[in-house]
Amino acid sequence: MQQNASPIPPIVSLRDVHKSYGTLTVLDGVSFAVARGEVLAVIGRSGSGKSTALRCIDRFEKVDSGEIVVCGHRVDLPDVDLRALRQDVGIVFQSYNLFPHLTIEQNITLAPCSVKRMAAAQAKELAKKVLAQVGLEEKLHAYPEQLSGGQQQRAAIARSLAMQPKVMLFDEVTSALDPELTGEVLKVIEQLAADGMTMVMVTHEMGFAKGIADRVVFMHRGKVHETGPASILTAPNTPELTQFVGTGRLKS
Amino acid sequence: MGGHLNINHLIFLGHGALWTIGLSLIALVGGGITGFAIALARISPLKSVRIASGAYVQLIQGTPLLVILFLGYFGLAAIGLNVSPLAAAGISLTLYVAAYLGEIWRGCIQSVPKPQWEAAEGLALSKVQRMTKVILPQAVRIATPPTVGFMVQIIKNTSLASVVGFVELMRSGQIVNNSLFEPFAVYAIIAVVYFALCYPLSLLSQKLERRMGRGMTNLTLA
Repeated sequence: MQQNASPIPPIVSLRDVHKSYGTLTVLDGVSFAVARGEVLAVIGRSGSGKSTALRCIDRFEKVDSGEIVVCGHRVDLPDVDLRALRQDVGIVFQSYNLFPHLTIEQNITLAPCSVKRMAAAQAKELAKKVLAQVGLEEKLHAYPEQLSGGQQQRAAIARSLAMQPKVMLFDEVTSALDPELTGEVLKVIEQLAADGMTMVMVTHEMGFAKGIADRVVFMHRGKVHETGPASILTAPNTPELTQFVGTGRLKS
Repeated sequence: MGGHLNINHLIFLGHGALWTIGLSLIALVGGGITGFAIALARISPLKSVRIASGAYVQLIQGTPLLVILFLGYFGLAAIGLNVSPLAAAGISLTLYVAAYLGEIWRGCIQSVPKPQWEAAEGLALSKVQRMTKVILPQAVRIATPPTVGFMVQIIKNTSLASVVGFVELMRSGQIVNNSLFEPFAVYAIIAVVYFALCYPLSLLSQKLERRMGRGMTNLTLA
């Protein structure tokens, strides 16, 4: 997809977002925006506030102040239509969170059938389509516990895709997986990026962020400490990011 | 009257056993429906509802069933409400069972991991859809063994209804014994009947617990 620099409003924008738990400040004036078709990687240490920032986008966390606009929804306002918001936003979690009592097909068709009132036959076709997208066609009738972690995560991505979201959020989706399984999940996300999906992902996979992200936001102590194209990962401007990517390299 | 245990005594005891089953069913159905409402009230977003339902549970759990039965039968009569022994026993047991099942089920609903609730929310499911399609099916699996286990308690506790003159198994045993004066034989029969009613449920509960341990896919919802 082509990047468009015309004044189209961003799909996701955070402006001066603050949030604290008691005396602990988690987000201390966070601002960033994501344009249509853009892939944004949010990186940073544990506790830097990156997951909280992501969860604020889908209003799993309420902010104390600041403005969040997602696909036209004012997420920071108390009267935001949560169900409308969440039809536009897909979220994939670190722990997959497939529904264990449902088959993969039922996991995928549940929301289209109940929320969008899609006909069962149509939803089943859709399930096949999104499972093919993540390379799991043959697992249609399996239960989540019969799948490997990587397969479960791919199925969870398929489940989100079935709602045809305008933006996808990934919250450390490979952190519970070994390197091999991580690879298969990242391949799926890569394909989504190639298809032009707008994505915000919190990740610890520096190599992956470098390869796929259009832009990187480095969070440090609740603030956006450095932001720029993926190249800042190889040529950081701040000592904190230098140190962060340095230790990341040591770890892997 | 008097003499030896004969077929008529056994038929009388059989009727009593049927009423024990009947009263157990009343307690289970009434208590189950009310208990489900209590469970939902205990996790309500409204604080006042949570507090009220919590207070109810504490109150009932802190009161002996015998006292609840006395209140239901003699207490209501004293304030001019005459209720039959069946109604008094049925209402008292329903109130009692509701508190316990409500608390058991609240625990089961809340033991469905929080990420499951979030995943359901993230898919834009409505509150009712989240409950009925994601949370309750999982909670039911968790709740089945303790619920079946508690049913055994209910069956045994219906024997307390004998004190308000309700002729269930225990009371029919007392009546038979009053004419025969053979307490050991009569109460041994009563014990065996209670055991015969409860043991299959205990077995079922154990079996369900073992199946739970094996994971979720092998369990099909009844």
